[in-house]
Amino acid sequence: MSEKPFTGTAFYAFLKEHKLMGARCPTCGAIYAPPRPFCPACFNAELEWVELSGAGRLASYSVIVIAPTAMIEAGYGREHPYCSGVVELAEGPCISAQILGVDVAHPETIAIGTPVKVAFIERGEGEAQKTFLGFEVVP
Amino acid sequence: MQRKPGRGVAIVGAGMSKFGAFPGLATRDLFVEAFRELLASVDKGFDARDIEALYIGNFSSDLFEGQAHTAPIMADWVGLTPRPATRVEDACASSGVAFREGLIAIASGLYDIVLVGGIEKMTDLPTARVTDTLATAADVTYETPAGFTFPGLYASMATAYLHAYGATPEAFLKVGLKNHENGALNPKAQFGQRIADIIEARKASAAKKGKPIPTWADELAFLNDERANPVIAWPLRLYDCSPISDGAAALLLVSEELARRFTDAPLYVIGSGQASDGATHDRPTLTGIPAAQRAAQLAYAMAGVTSADIQLAEVHDCFTIAEIMATEDLGFFAPGEGWRAAIEGRTARTGDRPINTSGGLKSKGHPVGASGAGQVVEIWKQLRGEAGARQLPGEPCLGLTHNVGGTGQTCVVHIFERR
Ligand SMILES: [Zn+2]
Repeated sequence: MSEKPFTGTAFYAFLKEHKLMGARCPTCGAIYAPPRPFCPACFNAELEWVELSGAGRLASYSVIVIAPTAMIEAGYGREHPYCSGVVELAEGPCISAQILGVDVAHPETIAIGTPVKVAFIERGEGEAQKTFLGFEVVP
Repeated sequence: MQRKPGRGVAIVGAGMSKFGAFPGLATRDLFVEAFRELLASVDKGFDARDIEALYIGNFSSDLFEGQAHTAPIMADWVGLTPRPATRVEDACASSGVAFREGLIAIASGLYDIVLVGGIEKMTDLPTARVTDTLATAADVTYETPAGFTFPGLYASMATAYLHAYGATPEAFLKVGLKNHENGALNPKAQFGQRIADIIEARKASAAKKGKPIPTWADELAFLNDERANPVIAWPLRLYDCSPISDGAAALLLVSEELARRFTDAPLYVIGSGQASDGATHDRPTLTGIPAAQRAAQLAYAMAGVTSADIQLAEVHDCFTIAEIMATEDLGFFAPGEGWRAAIEGRTARTGDRPINTSGGLKSKGHPVGASGAGQVVEIWKQLRGEAGARQLPGEPCLGLTHNVGGTGQTCVVHIFERR
């Protein structure tokens, strides 16, 4: 469905179009998200893009208080902690993302297994604008 | 097929700098300090000019001190140019892997005498930039854009672990308490203080400043107090995290047939295993480290021993949860039992499974590229009966080191025997 190479650049370009894309191996059926250029399960090197449903569940998480520079610049830090997590997608693979719609003031209330759906987080202005992968709790 | 080294390799000398924060000292200065101690540690004496090659573990002097290409500088500063000097980078496992490269070089027959080092200088940068630099050991395309820091990634393994096994964060605090107990007996440790000592120091400082003197019922109350022990990445708090450190360590490796020329008490390297893995989210489990499990299996098989035979281990406790997972990955406890063992004191010096008698990365300090070599220094001391106040009784003769890079993209395990 796309001729784009299986690169991080392509993954984030799709994200900017609000598409969560993975790679599918036509030989063994394995799905990879993040996408890969090469199937480690069967060593096939000809993969294809597949759009993912964006549904998943929270597999693990942390509420981060001491933030890296990029997140401080996005307004987070000691006074505004945020949640990052690993999401197990409905299609099987797991991926890292920021988790929205959780109570970061009470991290013990965040439950592993909670259903989440994809969210697209826009940061930066103009040319520097970039879309980041997020998931939000399904109400 | 089970591989063996082409010939045996032994350690005949070891040294390390003090670990801590040392303004004004660069990696080369710390390495010289470690090398001086190594020279003095060779029982029958030794001519440094007999060293044939150097393997130096270093994660990121490039970002930490603006200096790349560090291995030849170390060679130069201890007078060993023009010998080949190779830098090895596998994040926090850099010097554990450098050790393995030194082992392989001797086992191949190419060299008889090799110097292995580990160096890191982290404290010149402000905390946010140290956080950024450590995060480069994760996947900067797919992990750090999610906001993950290094503590954040281990914290996410911690929430997975707590959920999977019904464990309590008290187990994490117990690991920190125990490693501070051990580190208080290690003159090289960054924190030569028990948590109880830190509490008393806090009270004394408040009294001196005329402020209200804080009270905590016990050490766990102190560790559960958000003001005293703030959250870094929930559920991990400050005392769950290894510190930002400077330090260096050095080890002298020789072929087995030369060992007794240098000492009557060499340590024989009988097992070595290394494995790699992908990003944290891309693994079959978040409650253990698959590369550590595999590296351990390879090392045990090479050594012809099992986890039950190991009498002491230095494991990679960059975070308290990491020590608990390590004790399971190495087979000391069943999956899901490591947290209970920590609470029951089984990993204390007096327990049946002593872990991190040095104080571990938590208390001894974690100058990342030096940590793997530093672990071997502790095994060297314990197996030779030279560990002073923290010496294990019963003349242990079999020890293990477990050194992790990133969150488990690299793991390297070594097993050492005193015969
Ligand atoms: Zn395939």
